[in-house]
Amino acid sequence: MWKYEKKLQYPVKVSTCNPTLAKYLIEQYGGADGELAAALRYLNQRYTIPDKVVGLLTDIGTEEFAHLEMIATMIYKLTKDATPEQLKEAGIDAHYVNHDKALFYHNAAGAPFTATYIQAKGDPIADLYEDIAAEEKARATYQWIIDLSDDPDLNDSLRFLREREVVHSQRFREAVEILKEERDRKKIF
Amino acid sequence: MENSPNTYTWMKTYQTYHSVYDPCPPLGTRYYSTPPNLYLGFQPPNLEQFQPNKALKKGTLWPILYDYYENPYEKKRR
Ligand SMILES: [Fe+2]
Repeated sequence: MWKYEKKLQYPVKVSTCNPTLAKYLIEQYGGADGELAAALRYLNQRYTIPDKVVGLLTDIGTEEFAHLEMIATMIYKLTKDATPEQLKEAGIDAHYVNHDKALFYHNAAGAPFTATYIQAKGDPIADLYEDIAAEEKARATYQWIIDLSDDPDLNDSLRFLREREVVHSQRFREAVEILKEERDRKKIF
Repeated sequence: MENSPNTYTWMKTYQTYHSVYDPCPPLGTRYYSTPPNLYLGFQPPNLEQFQPNKALKKGTLWPILYDYYENPYEKKRR
């Protein structure tokens, strides 16, 4: 069960009218390493991972939905006042034709979200390594978007999200350490 | 990036080969992130913490995990 707090995890402010940024951000919305993929991946893996790390997957999976909400807010703010002409200039005219200003779960190239983006192997180590890789890929995506964006306020929020990926990767690495631990054997130093 | 409380750096560089036949001018040094989570291992207890209000802004409670990212190519151009 979830409780919803009616606020963003971190404030989202957009200071320039630049719908092109929305085109990039949609990658983190419905892309392979985006927040939707992350949330679904972790929350699904919870059921078959050893008890010790179930809580971690629940916590991080839940937080990913909070990130998804931030990304959605950014995209909405960047596009809501744009004219069709401006959307065309930004290269999101195809999106406009199909969805108007509605958000949709697809990547920056317009490919719709698919469950094949995520895995559940059932092997705890394989699954956690996938999660670590996913966090590093999300971190890299945020870097590439920051590199392309010259909106200081948007970058501030993106830096927050990138830092969270660093922390998530750290916690997944610790989860691997927990599962690797030789607790049945006496340690002799 | 030199914001590390220990001896690691959070950004590394490498050079790509540039042939005389490559049409674009060389981009020069390439950069990649090596954030603190790659080095920390299992986080030890009782590490230094940010003030709560600062931590909420930075995205982490732990200075040892904090890595401010800046476009490395932008920095070079200035
Ligand atoms: Fe994450």
